[in-house]
Amino acid sequence: MLNAYDIIDTIKMIEEEHLDIRTVTMGISLVDCIRGSITETADRVYDKITSRAKNLVSVANEISKEYGVPIVNKRVSVTPISILGGAVDTEDLTPLAEAMQRAADTLGIDFIGGFSALVEKGFTKGDIRLINSLPFALDATRNVCSSVNVGSTKTGINMDAVKMMGKVITDTARLTADRDSIGCAKLVVFANAVADNPFMAGAFHGVGEPECVINVGVSGPGVVKAALEKAPYADLTEVSEIIKKTAFKITRMGQLVNTLASERLGVPSGIVDLSLAPTPAVGDSVARILEEMGLETCGTVGTTACLALLNDAVKKGGVMASSHVGGLSGAFIPVSEDEGMIAAARSGVLTLEKLEAMTAVCSVGIDMVAVPGDTPPEVISAMIADEIAIGVVNNKTTAVRVIPAAGKKAGDEVEFGGLLGSAPIMPIKTASPARFINRGGLIPAPLHSLKN
Amino acid sequence: MNTMSSKAIITVIGADSVGIIAKVSGKCSEYGVNILDITQKVFDTTFAMIMLVDTAGMKMKFSEFSDVMKETGKSLGVVIHTTHEEIFNVMHHI
Repeated sequence: MLNAYDIIDTIKMIEEEHLDIRTVTMGISLVDCIRGSITETADRVYDKITSRAKNLVSVANEISKEYGVPIVNKRVSVTPISILGGAVDTEDLTPLAEAMQRAADTLGIDFIGGFSALVEKGFTKGDIRLINSLPFALDATRNVCSSVNVGSTKTGINMDAVKMMGKVITDTARLTADRDSIGCAKLVVFANAVADNPFMAGAFHGVGEPECVINVGVSGPGVVKAALEKAPYADLTEVSEIIKKTAFKITRMGQLVNTLASERLGVPSGIVDLSLAPTPAVGDSVARILEEMGLETCGTVGTTACLALLNDAVKKGGVMASSHVGGLSGAFIPVSEDEGMIAAARSGVLTLEKLEAMTAVCSVGIDMVAVPGDTPPEVISAMIADEIAIGVVNNKTTAVRVIPAAGKKAGDEVEFGGLLGSAPIMPIKTASPARFINRGGLIPAPLHSLKN
Repeated sequence: MNTMSSKAIITVIGADSVGIIAKVSGKCSEYGVNILDITQKVFDTTFAMIMLVDTAGMKMKFSEFSDVMKETGKSLGVVIHTTHEEIFNVMHHI
């Protein structure tokens, strides 16, 4: 039998501590939409997404109401579009992104991901077309998200792709300059990208996935912080226990929503992503959890250790609560999407170098970081190379989502609104890595023995 | 994970006043919702009530009933949540 304390505990988590389901994401395979003509393919893409996901928003809203749990975003992820792009009769794949946008508008969903390519070992014709189309596609659409996987632990790093992505990112920033270079906020460069990720901008529906699937991403940094506030002098073993218990509760809610959505939509249940996903709202910050552990400001010495503890405890607590764990599963540290990270970056305590170190112990990477608009493409590429190397060597997913904000310099701010938030422009070292980046080629896969 | 139960939890929290239980249980009766258990306390001036109800014979959609209860709460100056029981079960029981 339920006791009153548990019931009030749950209500309080939702009402006061921002506990919510961040996203219910439907993965849809588009492989059967491939036609020779791009117009025909685009029509098939639109038809398939809108028919498969036609009840996604209404079912999610219904569950949200019946169970009293906010479901913040409804999203769709699709087969990497580069796979479709190789077959069509044009070089420019923007019409496929536009078809995705039309489908998103019809469905009323928040984001659609999968304008993506997997090029960790080399390029297909479709991959090249997709990468070249990226700046135009991101400029022409609002809710379409894109990702490019440029490295993996098994294959190494495709440095030709890393070089291209530096230019793609600076071009995208320039094309969307009138919107604070928002195009770059919808583009992520991955190492070890996962095929069942429900979170944006990196969600795509991998080729090993079923025809259609429901994946759920939970949130809840506010709940973890509130739980820790009750134990200000607990030692770190106890801190870890508190986080595990809280993560268990959060994840069970995610699993329930996944099961319900899957039943009501008649679509197989996929994974629950155990991530702690912050928002720009006060009380929903990962940085503030680290500060609650005892740091004056996130980004100071000790931050990496605190984050390692948090990330590990979230996984340990969450794993038992879910039938299938997947996606990125860890604490996210996006700068613009986290109120505490924004404050720490503004104060100058949180620097790019510290963020990079933090990504070695958590998901996902240098995320939603704004840098000066005049940052050269090769500097962006080198930043990507560093981050991807961390992922490839440590056998984990890492990513870069960086915004070289056109016309802005260090200390200025960008404002994206909504979940994407706002960010101070962070200074970046610009001593030239050009000769390194221009070498191209592949960095070989790392050795998996003799670990040190 | 069982998601088929018709049991729900109604929580009522807010400033105490005359007739809260009468009004809330009246709405339950009006819409065919059977009350199984009630826990209620007044802490100083704060009223807190948790009701376990069965919605099997409910005459409207669950989400509509939830809206009715929310509005009832507003008229009484309290906050009312109506939620399927499973959410609490899964979060607090292994």
